[in-house]
Amino acid sequence: MEKIYARTKGLRPDVVSGFCPGCMHSTVIKLIGEVLEEMNQMDNAVAVLGIGCCGLHMEYMSYDNVTAPHGRACAVATGIKRANSKSLVYTYQGDGDFASIGLGESVSAANRGENITVIFINNGIYGMTGGQMAPTTLLGMKASTAPKGRIAEEHGYPMHMCEILNQLTAPYYLERTSCNTPQNVLKTRKAIKKAFQNQLDGKGFSMVEIVTSCPTNWGLDTMKSLDYLNEKMLTEYPLGVIRDNG
Amino acid sequence: MERNLCVAGFGGQGVMTLGKFLSQATCDSTDMNVTFFPSYGAEQRGGTANCFVVISDENIGAPVADKMDDLMVMNQPSMDKFLNTLKSGGTLFINSSIVSNDIGRDDVTIVEAPVTELALELGNAKVLNIIMLGVYVGYTGIIEPQIIWNTIEHKLGSKPKLLPLNRQAFEKGMSIGVAARK
Amino acid sequence: MERVFMKGCEAIAEAAVRAGCRFFAGYPITPQNEIPEYFSRRLPEVGGVFIQGESEVASINMVYGAASTGTRSMTSSSSPGISLKSEGISYCAAARIPMVYANVSRGGPGVGSIQPAQMDYLQATKASGNGGFKMMVFAPATVQEAVDMTFAAFDYADRDRNPVLILCDGVIGTMMEPVVMPEMKGDAEIAAIKDGKKSWAAIGHELDYAKRGWIQPGNWSTAVMQQGNEEAAAMYDNWQKNDVQVEQYKVEDAELVMVAYGISARIAKTVVDKYRADGKKVGLIRPITVNPFPYEAIENLNYGQVKTILDVEMSIPAQMLQDVSLAVKGRCPIETCLCSGGNIMKKEQVMDAVAKLI
Ligand SMILES: Cc1ncc(C[n+]2csc(CCOP(=O)(O)OP(=O)(O)O)c2C)c(N)n1
Ligand code: SF4
Repeated sequence: MEKIYARTKGLRPDVVSGFCPGCMHSTVIKLIGEVLEEMNQMDNAVAVLGIGCCGLHMEYMSYDNVTAPHGRACAVATGIKRANSKSLVYTYQGDGDFASIGLGESVSAANRGENITVIFINNGIYGMTGGQMAPTTLLGMKASTAPKGRIAEEHGYPMHMCEILNQLTAPYYLERTSCNTPQNVLKTRKAIKKAFQNQLDGKGFSMVEIVTSCPTNWGLDTMKSLDYLNEKMLTEYPLGVIRDNG
Repeated sequence: MERNLCVAGFGGQGVMTLGKFLSQATCDSTDMNVTFFPSYGAEQRGGTANCFVVISDENIGAPVADKMDDLMVMNQPSMDKFLNTLKSGGTLFINSSIVSNDIGRDDVTIVEAPVTELALELGNAKVLNIIMLGVYVGYTGIIEPQIIWNTIEHKLGSKPKLLPLNRQAFEKGMSIGVAARK
Repeated sequence: MERVFMKGCEAIAEAAVRAGCRFFAGYPITPQNEIPEYFSRRLPEVGGVFIQGESEVASINMVYGAASTGTRSMTSSSSPGISLKSEGISYCAAARIPMVYANVSRGGPGVGSIQPAQMDYLQATKASGNGGFKMMVFAPATVQEAVDMTFAAFDYADRDRNPVLILCDGVIGTMMEPVVMPEMKGDAEIAAIKDGKKSWAAIGHELDYAKRGWIQPGNWSTAVMQQGNEEAAAMYDNWQKNDVQVEQYKVEDAELVMVAYGISARIAKTVVDKYRADGKKVGLIRPITVNPFPYEAIENLNYGQVKTILDVEMSIPAQMLQDVSLAVKGRCPIETCLCSGGNIMKKEQVMDAVAKLI
């Protein structure tokens, strides 16, 4: 029989996923691995992992990776890329990591037009630490540190990172995608590939924001969390290319 | 006298609740020392959960004993992970619906209860932990059943509709535990 | 008094509320998430303010600000987050701002592991930030102690106008134990603490240069700086004279004395009991305040009788060992019994370590 599909070489074949059932992190890391293989970059890639569930796969990634202090991935990636510009350097960060504690590093790297790629996982909540409010948490959405839900007067409004970075001159490519349908999974794959290609072409800062679910901390099963993503998350975070200087 | 217990299973099996009910009841209605220590954080990603309960009439040292007097396993991965922590002469409580009793040890007592099936028979898969709690209390006699029941009743106070079902589940477990005592 | 069954973190938060804490800012990190989560539910009930800061750096500075108004304020974190707070803690110490914080510590260095450890001892007792300041550091061994210490910590902080640290670990933070809660301070008492006694607070003053609220974590004048350092040093000396807390357990006739704090001490104590049951002369010295450290208790042991000291801690390399050595002054050998990285000390390991020495 002909083998038509295999697990990406980016992940060790003999290990079970460390993510919760229904978590889209596993879809995204698979896509990244596939794209790196397709672009023949697996041996040239350095992933900079944020702190959070985004690092749950570090023990079974088979290519180079560096774990950054919480929020500092864009600074660490800057150092790696500037010191060794031939590497394909990407950060993989959650919303707490990228948009809360790391906001300064994130905006500054984008503003410098660093020639790196950011894969930003927006699931609207802190995953690993157990469902605390994130900058991307929707209004009314409950969190373990916002027991009555997010209230604008107290917590402000959900942060739209693509749009915020779009205020800067330097970023080259900003796109928001999701993994809620097979079609969107393919679009995400394409966006990741484009962002990587931009880096190889020396174009500067690219970011793909991927809107995903966190069934565990949303307190919903896999199917219901998909509904929530479709109805609520994607209303707040519309998909599409926010900037493409190409 | 100190007695310590490890409860382990899948996330949704109510493993933590089981341990908490037992230790809460001990705190509420006895003057014994008691600790409850849960697994936490990313340990629980991927869906496993476990907790440790120590009950003693003396000061309790570590809330996780080196060797367990009692081990309760609700799924197979927990058996593989924790069986070697059960002391020789200890008691192993297994959810025989999905856990094999072929453990390769003959120095421990096995108490079996098919709690997944029993819970489904009662019409709610979620009460398997209450059945198992009943088994434990029935078998060990570690605490008066009425005391545990008072705690369950109190904790479920906001959902009185669930009480009859839980009562049935607890009694079902108790009878299995008492019968296994012989 | 009624016993309630509470998780260490939640008990710490409730004790703080009862002591009059009305402001908390923090950032998620395991294993202390239940502290901010509890405050987020509880503080609004008593007219207090909870903020999830965007980082530990922001949270400690929110506390610096809130405490500058005289409001009893608190933050908490776990090891890597505490490192981020060190700048703000140093500012509070420099500006003599009273506040309380808890480190529910975990394996390190770096992001380390989320499991319990005692690897922040030197950071907590010797250098929690730049500039050589010190704080009173309490090390609870039970949830009850965590409650009592947190409750008292706010008084110490106000008395000294200095930060106070509750140094616990993931076991104390996440386990549940029966506790008796102290009585809630009334609104009038809390208001009096805030407005009555803190003339230095930056809350607006009549236009008078001498009376203004002036919160300064530094000064252009080196003379003023040195004077401040001298005053602080005198305060630290006073702690050593008046505020040391220590438990000495069966040391009178002991030939082997263990020194352990926090969760390790709990385990060591059960080991003492085991050996005592066999007639073996084993004892324990448990620092309750790790700063000021109970040097005297160790210094005054009868070294004609004590053959060995055993330092028991969940840190590799050992850290408290340095303080123990300062007190023993070479008069008997000091051995260690250690684990780290998030492994909880096993009773068996301590039993074996003692067995080798008696
Ligand atoms: C300095 C510091 N603060 C806090 C933490 C605890 N922590 C671990 S993961 C995480 C955030 C998780 O949320 P997010 O970035 O949204 O990622 P997700 O888990 O959802 O993928 C936090 C706060 C830490 N490791 N270091
Ligand atoms: S907690 Fe959420 S983000 Fe983390 S693995 Fe589970 S579902 Fe995914």
